[in-house]
Amino acid sequence: MTISVQSSILQSAQRAFAFGSPILELDSISLRFGGVQALTNISFNVLEHEIRAIIGPNGAGKSSMLNVINGIYVPQEGSITFRGERLSEMAPTHAARLGIARTFQNIALFRGMSVLDNIMAGRNLHMHASFVEVALQLPRARREEAENRAAVEEIIEFLEIEHIRKTPVARLPYGLQKRVELGRALAAEPTILLLDEPMAGMNIEEKQDMCRFILDVNDHYGTTIVLIEHDMGVVMDISDRVVVLDYGKKIGDGTPDEVRSDQNVIDAYLGVPH
Amino acid sequence: MTTGNLDLDTFPKLLMHHSRERGERPAIREKSRGIWRTVTWRELAEEAAALAAAASERGMQRGAHVALLGDNRPRLYAAMCAAQWLGAIVVPLYQDAAADEIASSIDSAKVTLVFAENQEQVDKLLEILPRCPTVRCIVYDKDRGMRHYKQPELVSYASLLQHGRQLAAEKRDFLQAEAARGSGQDSAFVFYTSGTTGPAKGVVLTHASLIDRARVAASMGELKDTDVAMAYLPPGWIGQNLFGYVQPMVVGYCICCPESSDTMLADMREMGPTYFLATPRVLETLAKQVSLRMEEAGGFNQGLYRYCMAVARRVGARTLAGETVSIGDRLVSMASDLLMRGPLRDVLGMSKVRVAYTAGDAINPDLLMFFRALGINLKQLYGSTETGFFVAMQRDGAVKPDTVGSPIDGVELKMTPQREILVRSPGLFREYHGDSERTARAIDAEGWFHTGDAGYLGPDGQLRILDRMAHVGALKDGTPYAPRLLENKLKFLPYIREAVAFGDGRDMVCALIDIEMAATSRWADKQSISYMGHADLASRDEVYALIADCIAKVNAQLASEPALAQSQIQRFVILNNELSADDGVLTRTGKLRRDVIAERYRALVDAMYDGRTDVRFEAGGGEEAAPTDVKIRDAKVVASAQTRRAA
Repeated sequence: MTISVQSSILQSAQRAFAFGSPILELDSISLRFGGVQALTNISFNVLEHEIRAIIGPNGAGKSSMLNVINGIYVPQEGSITFRGERLSEMAPTHAARLGIARTFQNIALFRGMSVLDNIMAGRNLHMHASFVEVALQLPRARREEAENRAAVEEIIEFLEIEHIRKTPVARLPYGLQKRVELGRALAAEPTILLLDEPMAGMNIEEKQDMCRFILDVNDHYGTTIVLIEHDMGVVMDISDRVVVLDYGKKIGDGTPDEVRSDQNVIDAYLGVPH
Repeated sequence: MTTGNLDLDTFPKLLMHHSRERGERPAIREKSRGIWRTVTWRELAEEAAALAAAASERGMQRGAHVALLGDNRPRLYAAMCAAQWLGAIVVPLYQDAAADEIASSIDSAKVTLVFAENQEQVDKLLEILPRCPTVRCIVYDKDRGMRHYKQPELVSYASLLQHGRQLAAEKRDFLQAEAARGSGQDSAFVFYTSGTTGPAKGVVLTHASLIDRARVAASMGELKDTDVAMAYLPPGWIGQNLFGYVQPMVVGYCICCPESSDTMLADMREMGPTYFLATPRVLETLAKQVSLRMEEAGGFNQGLYRYCMAVARRVGARTLAGETVSIGDRLVSMASDLLMRGPLRDVLGMSKVRVAYTAGDAINPDLLMFFRALGINLKQLYGSTETGFFVAMQRDGAVKPDTVGSPIDGVELKMTPQREILVRSPGLFREYHGDSERTARAIDAEGWFHTGDAGYLGPDGQLRILDRMAHVGALKDGTPYAPRLLENKLKFLPYIREAVAFGDGRDMVCALIDIEMAATSRWADKQSISYMGHADLASRDEVYALIADCIAKVNAQLASEPALAQSQIQRFVILNNELSADDGVLTRTGKLRRDVIAERYRALVDAMYDGRTDVRFEAGGGEEAAPTDVKIRDAKVVASAQTRRAA
């Protein structure tokens, strides 16, 4: 089930962007839905420019974790520190302004709009012209439109989706839709990119493409990436460090090799004889 | 410029000429990041000069070989001219060639400097670098992913150009002198032609021979500097080189580089080229797309399309034959042009095409007539790398679909008793690189080049090509047999991508069929046949029945021609993987390599002739060596008119 990714980036010790200080720190996070304990006392950090994976079996709390970082869920206990600044309640809009962008497990694109327009929507925060200015096509609106379009075209080239630029998203195969979603997240020029199961439901070829793009994003833009995935092979190939969750608890944290040989992790994935 | 033309005997001189004469006109357009960006002749000349200045600093000398590895990009063309500016010889390689193929060309030409498009190409070059000690410098264009590469041989195009721009001013005199030192008799290019037989040969062509052929062809096509052509075929192929580099240099027209091969059709529609070169394979793909989409159209549209095409074919055939067309037909034809053919030409991006050529391989007359019926002036062109590409072409008003037209000015033709075509022309190549023995075999003492093609000149002065000499054969009963004709008929059908016919020295004709996956899978979807991929679909009985029907149609056509009735396809096999150049069974331009195929699929072919209905077959060479069961089926054979009469 493992797929090999030819990553010259991983093999070479030289990284374009060396790991920086922790950009995001989660401290003793606990999240409950009524009586259901989704996350229990979870702490870990994310270094600047690293690819950090959160893995775990179904229902382990991976998506909840991502939603906490993104500000969709507010944890009952614990704190999130972003670039040394403590954030008590982080709303999604606030997260976006701070430079946190995400993709969704179930693709959340505007299905009737073209690829170009979808990615353009990701430039939302970079548009300042008022409604009237845009409606009347005043100079600022036109200049902004051109600048944003140029940024979007760069992403289109980066993700090699020139040929579907004007195709409505609904007509694209699943793998390409995922790539468009990644494009929209990149359009926000994020500092941290949260990817919720970017490889789910893909065939091997699509997975390899996606892996390459994730590595390229990290290498080219220096974007810090936090990704959730349950395909172990993929995760081990592309991540720098991995957090393992099981039943809402952290059971492992370290480099892929450390995690792979961790007895707790093996038990969680393969089961333990009772 | 009456006397000037004599001096313009090399490409750098031509480039400087255009820079002076039409400096602000577009030379190359490139779609990049969604926008068409223009390089004018003046900018192109300045870029080439700057590159030449920087390259000479890095030790590029007259007579050195410079390889190019990448897609059609303005920078690639500038690099070509910069190398020739210094008297170096350019070796354009196929950008999708595997590392080994590249290594053998680079090694044989002793290439010292390579221009590579991107990381993918650089990776291939670094892999073969230990085997190619002559390569001292690799210049790469796109820097994406390149920052991890620290090899001393690597330098980016941008930094080379920047360095060159600083040098260009102080080296002005040197550059002028270098350009002036070049003469038409210098070698300009070495093209490695894969050839359908044997390993690649390096064909050396001079500035003079290419410029001469391009001039003659340009005057025949009445090309002007306002013409526009698309640069989308592999630059390693001489056809692309002539239409994308040599002829623009001679005439001063503009070429357009599409964003990527996937966007070619949309980009072509935006630019509306007036001059168009295509290989039969490209045209097949286009025609198949049209017929597939028409099959999915509504009843009225389909009816209109069929009717209009039928009228257009009838009118077209009568016009070509020089017969009068009835007024009724003429009116219907005009109406259909407004209603159907015009819009269809527009969809294909061909509404402005004045002259279109097909070259590189024989084209099926039906395919040629399909495009002519659409109102596109598509003509066949015959030539090879060795003959400077332009040997014979169909003329306006004298297009006979089964010929390649009459010889072009300056070309002399002669046939051997075995019907091999011999060519003498100013466009002939100088030699095979580093292989004087082979050169001597190909060009005889009187200067005739032995093309290896079988053909004959008809009483109408038009040249007809049969096949490669090596492939023309006979069935066991002595009936002449030329496989390509059969294969082209098969390939015209939407569900067949490639076909390989066997029959030389045998008692009947059998064929290997490679299905067109796009069309067949759509057909399967409509029939609600579920399948697991190419191999599975190809082995389905339903698909065998579909292909059997296709072959029966071709057999019916063959039966109607007495000379071909014996060549009907009796048995066939559907291959479970695609024939591809990466496996070495096709050349990079998509021609069959029969020897390789016969060897690789020997077990299948033998089984067909042994009368078996299935065979366990193991594809040799590939990684997926797992043996699979392959079915063999009979095709319906039609009794020919002659045999029926005899019975």
